[in-house]
Amino acid sequence: MIKRSTETLVGLFVLLGLAALLFLALKAANLTGFSTESTYALSARFDNIGGLKVRAPVRSAGVTVGRVTAITLDPKTFQGVVGMDIRQGFRFPKDSSAKILTSGLLGDQYVGLEPGGDEADLVPGATITQTQSALVLENLIGQLIFNKAAESGDAGARK
Amino acid sequence: MGQSRAPSFRPMSDPQPLIEIDRVSFGYDASRTILDDVSLRFARGKVTAILGGSGCGKTTLLRLIAGVHPVSQGRVRFDGEPVDAANRERLYRQRRRLGMLFQFGALFTDLSVFDNVAFPLREHTRLPESMIRDIVLMKLDAVGLRGAAALRIAQVSGGMARRIALARAIALDPELIMYDEPFTGLDPIATGVTANLIRRLNDATGATSLVVSHDVPECFAICDRAYLLSGGGRVVAHGTPEELRASTDPEVRQFIGGEPDGPVRFHYPAPPLAQQLGLRA
Amino acid sequence: MPCHGVGMTQALAWLGRATLDRLRALGHSAFFFVDLLRFSPAALRRWPLVLTQIHLIGNHSLLIIAASGLAVGFVLALQMYYALVTYGATESLGLVVNLALLRELGPVVTALLFAGRAGTSLTAEIGLMKAGEQLVAMELMAVDPRARVLAPRFLGGIVSMPVLALIFSSVGILGAYVVAVLLIGVDAGNFWSIMQDRVDVWRDLGNGIVKSMVFGVICTFVALYQGYESQPTPAGVAAATTRSVVIASLAVLGMDFILTALMFSTP
Repeated sequence: MIKRSTETLVGLFVLLGLAALLFLALKAANLTGFSTESTYALSARFDNIGGLKVRAPVRSAGVTVGRVTAITLDPKTFQGVVGMDIRQGFRFPKDSSAKILTSGLLGDQYVGLEPGGDEADLVPGATITQTQSALVLENLIGQLIFNKAAESGDAGARK
Repeated sequence: MGQSRAPSFRPMSDPQPLIEIDRVSFGYDASRTILDDVSLRFARGKVTAILGGSGCGKTTLLRLIAGVHPVSQGRVRFDGEPVDAANRERLYRQRRRLGMLFQFGALFTDLSVFDNVAFPLREHTRLPESMIRDIVLMKLDAVGLRGAAALRIAQVSGGMARRIALARAIALDPELIMYDEPFTGLDPIATGVTANLIRRLNDATGATSLVVSHDVPECFAICDRAYLLSGGGRVVAHGTPEELRASTDPEVRQFIGGEPDGPVRFHYPAPPLAQQLGLRA
Repeated sequence: MPCHGVGMTQALAWLGRATLDRLRALGHSAFFFVDLLRFSPAALRRWPLVLTQIHLIGNHSLLIIAASGLAVGFVLALQMYYALVTYGATESLGLVVNLALLRELGPVVTALLFAGRAGTSLTAEIGLMKAGEQLVAMELMAVDPRARVLAPRFLGGIVSMPVLALIFSSVGILGAYVVAVLLIGVDAGNFWSIMQDRVDVWRDLGNGIVKSMVFGVICTFVALYQGYESQPTPAGVAAATTRSVVIASLAVLGMDFILTALMFSTP
């Protein structure tokens, strides 16, 4: 009862929609990369995670090697615990350090991994102990004012 | 049209009517009463006409028989079973046994002529397409429009539309065929064709036909019995065409004779003319 | 003053009646919506009917959706360029356009265009069927018009809308690419890479798809309801068609606010 041509055209319509979906997902969003690759988990502790968000990238030497999967607060040490998934192909030495950096001047924050020199690698589930917290603007300004005040205080004292 | 009747049909001499309207009153809302305590019986296998002026409830009667609206008072019975919208299953079973021809056809505008007539067959039977094709062509042939099967509804004239609607109404060989003003707006030839079709269909299939109309001559030519309804929604008279022609009731005389003034007044109620024109007597 | 008092009472009575009428209509429409859902599984089993509707609703809207998507993409790229150039952030043009399209403009503009093109077509069709007694005729043939006529159109609209919204967004991004890279001179590589880096498939694309599905339900439901409840006269159908566009558009915009607040409130 339904014309052949109608069926074909509807098929085309749905196909166009699928093509649009694929284009948007692959070319216009961040689907490429990890969803199919296997990963292992690492975690890192920070005094202040700043504006880091879940699904933020984990980069080493600027290359994205993983994603942040969870951010929680340790109730005993009151440190921020960041869970990450790193691609299987990349292993980092045990004494690698993790820093929370900002991409660009006002951009999103990400976790930067700097490799250490240890021969043994971090095993899946390990915790990175060497960390540097995010730069908090208020603390920076406070420090600047403090330094300036100290300088002028010194200058005044020297007079 | 030459199919044998199903065994469920009772012989024509059976006295129990197919449709019984028992002291029914109905109004769309509380202020207007369309039908006022009417009782009608429609005998099997006969053509019965329902006559009356505009607005006296003829079309509403057809809708009540088909269960479109619930009655305010009284009962409607189809082959002994009550017609009641509360029991949807039974209502749909009853509706499968009837076919209705609407005043303007009510054809499905998004389907072709063929698909319109095939609609009831496709919805209610699991017949293969080849059989459906044969049946549709035969039904269209019965109304003389087999050649128009491929047309779209928009290409079809008013008279043709009504004949196609008739073919669709009889697609499942219903026991009851209802015609809502089948002669209105047709030229004399089309009117004659339609009247002829109604009678021939009824006799050939043994169905019961109800014709709602105000065309007295055509109805009398084809019907076995007729009911006359008045403007207040009451049955004024009923009987064979001869009985009605011989009636001395002034309302019946006015309607059948087509007299301009009688129990149904010519003038819409108004104050005296002299008074409105400001004339002094 | 006696007439003052009478006027106030009358006004209050009118207000009360109007409110009750609105409430009754709202309840009536809720029942209609439930009916549509009830008959959808049966309609799905008769998929040729649904396919025909997807064709009539979706395919016939393709042209206006694609053309509008292209135009919106062009204009967005231009306008965002003028805004970003003051901060020296023109390289992020692709990202900005993409987010605007995927999250908001794609679903919303598509829904508004849909209400205007497909919605009015549905309302008029159902209204004319009602005026021509086709729905009653179907009922008398023991076929429920809600299952045969309304539910397939409902499903057709729900399926078509997300597809149309995706096409709108894709064409929009391509249009923005043309303006940004080919006309303005933004670096092509940066255009795509910054976009790919910051646009999240689940959050931005996924939520956009959810939005367009909700809008599809709203627009199709409103169009079918207005047609089904229209006065069976030419004037009645015309009034119903206008009402259908207005109500659907307002509902989409209102729903968009709620959905955006739900989906995008936490950065």
